[in-house]
Amino acid sequence: MNDASHWSIFLNAALVNNFVLAYFLGICPFFGVSSKLETAVRMGGAVSFVMLVASVCAFAINLLLDLVNAPYLRIISYIMVISSTVQLVEMLMKKLSPATFRAMGIYLPLITTNCAILGLALFQTNRGYGFTQAVMYSLGAGAGFALALVLMAGVRETLELNAVPDLVKGTAAALVVAGILSMGFMGFAGLGR
Amino acid sequence: MATKKVTPTDEFVKGLWRDNPVFVQVLGMCPALAVSNTAMNALAMGLATTFVLLMSGLSVSLLRNFIPREARIVSFICIIATFVTSVDYLIMAISLELHRALGAFIALIVVNCLILGRAEAFASKNNPGRALLDGLGMGVGFTLALLFIGVVREILGSGSIFGFAVLPDTFQTWTVMVLPSGGFFAMALWLLIVNRLKQREVEAARQAQGVVS
Repeated sequence: MNDASHWSIFLNAALVNNFVLAYFLGICPFFGVSSKLETAVRMGGAVSFVMLVASVCAFAINLLLDLVNAPYLRIISYIMVISSTVQLVEMLMKKLSPATFRAMGIYLPLITTNCAILGLALFQTNRGYGFTQAVMYSLGAGAGFALALVLMAGVRETLELNAVPDLVKGTAAALVVAGILSMGFMGFAGLGR
Repeated sequence: MATKKVTPTDEFVKGLWRDNPVFVQVLGMCPALAVSNTAMNALAMGLATTFVLLMSGLSVSLLRNFIPREARIVSFICIIATFVTSVDYLIMAISLELHRALGAFIALIVVNCLILGRAEAFASKNNPGRALLDGLGMGVGFTLALLFIGVVREILGSGSIFGFAVLPDTFQTWTVMVLPSGGFFAMALWLLIVNRLKQREVEAARQAQGVVS
């Protein structure tokens, strides 16, 4: 059992150990969807939601696996649950808001292979978080992911309008921006715990 | 195959340079950045990924006629997760210390887009021999890329390679290279070099064409 307070877990996941900028989880959508501010906001929302659901499911599965004493099934069952959750979110979005669904395009199904979500499930298990702690952790991780994505999109939109040498354009420029952002987030070290 | 004949060696070599997974396709970035803070971690991660690539490529290729199209992604993920679990336990058996250093990132090989990408784009359409070669090429290319990043970060960040000190004590180590942001910078650096080389290749090809026509 872990006795960290709920707020420190939240702050820790969102700022100090930001999933994208400190753990390098979910880098693919981070670079893929961060060229426009609006899609970045939507993607952040979708990922946060999937994180929350996945975290609750992972907690339940972990209890079950402990019961039957089969920890070696953990990775495979987590990934199954995550891909079904993503499918569910996809269907829900298609029904409730077709416009958003179209705007997200290919990136929605790709949330399945977003390491941030599996990472979240594994970390919360490794740290032995209780139920409410796990929920706080997933909320913090989701907020942190959305924050990093939105910050990155803002910078990249401005970058579009500036003269960048051909050689640096694209991924290399995005990497440098991410490096500087990550350095900025280092400043949060010491917050929380 | 409709396009021109591809020799087996080509399947292997393309992963090393032309379609290098990290520097050209920009796939599998998460582990490439996260565990490349020392050369040793980078090497271990690269080998583990290569193993999973090989085994999953082989299995997917062998099973390609039995897996229904609609359920293919789920089946691929299941196959990959199985091998990742075995690698996880294998590394734990070999060295607990290494297992701790890599942490959850071994389990996260499951969601490495590179592996699913190769299973979907290559192994599910080719025979086992070619799938193996492709997996080996991609795996070696991935390992090399990780090593490149890892070596730069370890030399500048701790003044050593594989734990052996190579720089004099007077060298002021760049702590930033060991921190997360160093991963982004080292990767950007290598990308710039690769871009420049590719650019030069294109220019040379264009010039050669100009001479002929």
